[in-house]
Amino acid sequence: MMRLRRDELMVAGGGIAAIALLSLLPLFSDGFVLSFGVNLMLYVAMCTAWTLFSGPTRLVSLASAGFFGVGTYSVALGLDFLPFPVLIAIAAFVSAALAGLVGAATLRLSGVYFVIFTLGLAELIRQVVAWSQSRFAHKMGLYVFTDFTERDLYWMLLALTTLVFGVGWLINRSRLGFALRIIGDDETVARHVGIATARAKIVLFMASGAFLGIAGAIVAPRYAYIEPQAAFNPMISFLVVIMALLGGTRRLWGPLVGVIPFTIVMEFITARFPNHSSVVIGITFLAIVYLLPDGITGRIEGLRDRIRHRAAARNGIEAPEAIEEKAA
Amino acid sequence: MSAATVLSVARARKAFGGLIAVNDVSFDVGEGELIGLIGPNGSGKTTMLNLISGALRPTSGEIRLAGTRISGLAPEKVARIGIARTFQLVRVLPSMTAIENVTAGAVFARNRLWGAPAQDFARGLLARMGLSGRESVPVAAMTYIDQKRVELARALAADPRLLLLDEWLAGLNPSELLLGIDLIRDISREGRTIIMVEHVMDAIRTLCSRCVVMNSGTMIANGAAASVLADPDVIRAYLGDDDA
Repeated sequence: MMRLRRDELMVAGGGIAAIALLSLLPLFSDGFVLSFGVNLMLYVAMCTAWTLFSGPTRLVSLASAGFFGVGTYSVALGLDFLPFPVLIAIAAFVSAALAGLVGAATLRLSGVYFVIFTLGLAELIRQVVAWSQSRFAHKMGLYVFTDFTERDLYWMLLALTTLVFGVGWLINRSRLGFALRIIGDDETVARHVGIATARAKIVLFMASGAFLGIAGAIVAPRYAYIEPQAAFNPMISFLVVIMALLGGTRRLWGPLVGVIPFTIVMEFITARFPNHSSVVIGITFLAIVYLLPDGITGRIEGLRDRIRHRAAARNGIEAPEAIEEKAA
Repeated sequence: MSAATVLSVARARKAFGGLIAVNDVSFDVGEGELIGLIGPNGSGKTTMLNLISGALRPTSGEIRLAGTRISGLAPEKVARIGIARTFQLVRVLPSMTAIENVTAGAVFARNRLWGAPAQDFARGLLARMGLSGRESVPVAAMTYIDQKRVELARALAADPRLLLLDEWLAGLNPSELLLGIDLIRDISREGRTIIMVEHVMDAIRTLCSRCVVMNSGTMIANGAAASVLADPDVIRAYLGDDDA
């Protein structure tokens, strides 16, 4: 089953080389570029994790901030008692459990109802955390003091991104991945060919949620002071969705293509026009809806197909590779 | 019926509020039989098919497949026990190629193939449908009849004990219809047990040994195709009192 095709080996080789190169970044820079690299790596990990579930199922989840915040709070609450790797495991476990509950509760919801439910859920968690903090702990936030430098965070996020890509790649090759593509196409057909659609969706939502929780846990030390408004900021959910859609959710590496330009533009805007970042987000969203419904990668693939077809038409023959490509 | 019973439907009923779409219908289907489920529009045929395939839960009554109770089970469970179906309005997986569509049927249901064996099996079925060499064509780019062929191949890919065809011949032109009838006959001759809901009476007459006729949710006839189609009650159901 694990026999690899030649193109898969090339992708794997390229991926390993890219990871090796990226891991060298902190050795050359520790200022602005590194800090930017942490941002970039955080959103690559989160958007790819989001796409694991929302790409094939086409269910837009706005619960990312919820999982992220759960991860952040796992670290903030446990830092004095437990080692950091254990806290990361706890963050993953709690986020996955939460995703499992949400999945079980939202099985019958589809489309827009799922979106609203997930948005409401993240807000609900935020309110509950804020309320219990002021009620029982009589303070607004928690301090997170660690010895981690920006470098350590960067490497941890790079490891997480690698893990997300690895798991995503394995899922895509598995029965589960095939099942999810069928569900995304037609859920009725999926059930009638024997797919337990509910279970498949929950399993994937849990994996996606766990990765988002881990991302929150890793960057918790960066905040130093954690309060619900920051850890469960709904803007996190929106940014994840927008960047993933900008890149395109049909391929595992699609979100990557969206995160890079968007993060650069946002960095520039927040530095020059700190009060106008929501304008950028709004315009980007409109641009995606009107101009790039399948994201940048979808657009590129569409153009490539069209060029091939045109070339084939000029030569008066069918372009078999254009069709082969879609099969791959 | 001499052969073993594959499907037995006992007093199946489905009510949507006050409307009784299927009213205490009972019939059996034997191993290898090809039966026609016919009746005028709105008589409850598709609802009956949905009860068998698990798409709908019966309000009361019991349906068994080779002795296993399937009424009330989710469609994915019914599919795993061994029922495959096509849909009244053809349902293919639009983002996938022909072979991926067929493979979908072979992976999760009774036939749990994966990888190269699943691909080979799907390729064989496509060849049987006359779609050799078109495995990698996206189904969205295929004609209506080819999509129907892909859908039928997907249903067969599960190696079902019972195959449900919901107006699979509808919408085909006369020459396609002849091909379609031959195809169903071939599948039936292999020993596959089939229930077909159909409006094309020529096909029913040529293919089916037996017919179950429904009207307004109740079963009004169950017997050999020729005699059932000559039954005054059946003619009245289709054409009204004056022509009976």
